[in-house]
Amino acid sequence: MFMAAPFLIDGAPYESTMGLVQKIFYFHVPSAMTMFMSAIVCGVSSAIYLFKGRASADRLAVAAAELTSVFGVIVLVTGPLWARKAWGVWWVWDERITSTFVLWLIFNAYLLLRKYGGPGSEKLAAGLAVFGMANVPFVYWSVNVWRTLHPKTTVVPTLQAGMRGPFWFCVLAFLLFYVLALSARARLESRRAELEALYLAIEE
Amino acid sequence: MKRHWPVRMFTALIVAVTIALSSAVFAAQPPTAAAQEGFVPVSRTAQQETIPAARLVMIAYGFAWVMLIGYLWSIWTRIGKVERDLHDVSRRINAGGR
Repeated sequence: MFMAAPFLIDGAPYESTMGLVQKIFYFHVPSAMTMFMSAIVCGVSSAIYLFKGRASADRLAVAAAELTSVFGVIVLVTGPLWARKAWGVWWVWDERITSTFVLWLIFNAYLLLRKYGGPGSEKLAAGLAVFGMANVPFVYWSVNVWRTLHPKTTVVPTLQAGMRGPFWFCVLAFLLFYVLALSARARLESRRAELEALYLAIEE
Repeated sequence: MKRHWPVRMFTALIVAVTIALSSAVFAAQPPTAAAQEGFVPVSRTAQQETIPAARLVMIAYGFAWVMLIGYLWSIWTRIGKVERDLHDVSRRINAGGR
């Protein structure tokens, strides 16, 4: 699907005010959607871990947090490349862009806490992930509530036929990639748990 | 267990912060308004460009591809390492049990 996407994007019409640079939209927005979904997966899994104590939910949360960070980097790099042409600047500290950056920082904080927080950091990190997830609706609605240069949420539902097909194709490609990467990353965490259990068995 | 992910994460953080700080350089230019409510398709673009859009689009797509492929490769190598460690530890346990 990632091989076919550039051909579909190339065939999509240009946007009247932005021209060619608007084609970044076909990777930028699906990355942002995947980042939001990953933040929600991480938050929900963390809540399950906090309240039910399921280790599998914690492992899924770690995997989702890492993917939130990965897709966040794509969003935060492709966005300024688009902005440079469309707005004439690389970065604007407006509500949508700043809140996306803060969301990305929260999930990086989660990963750092897991890595360097020591014993018991899993529960602290899980609490952080729940609040990170709560940030997602604010990021999404920020363009409609505050005055901002960023395109509003009305753009996607009102896409014209020539743009709609390639866009949803890219969304599907990103979501499939996300599901595959999440399951592989969760498997890695599961195998690490098995390894740690074996090390403990040796020590005993 | 050795994990390289935090190093990559810090690298990504530095890239993002660098991009953010570079805004100060370009902040002198007032941002121009582009389509916000919805996109209007056209068949052709303007011939004259002061900022080359093609280069920006290529960098954006190239970066996304490199990130996704790099991430898959990182999972692949980490799983491989854990599998090798699991194999070694299992062998040690089996040898000790005999």
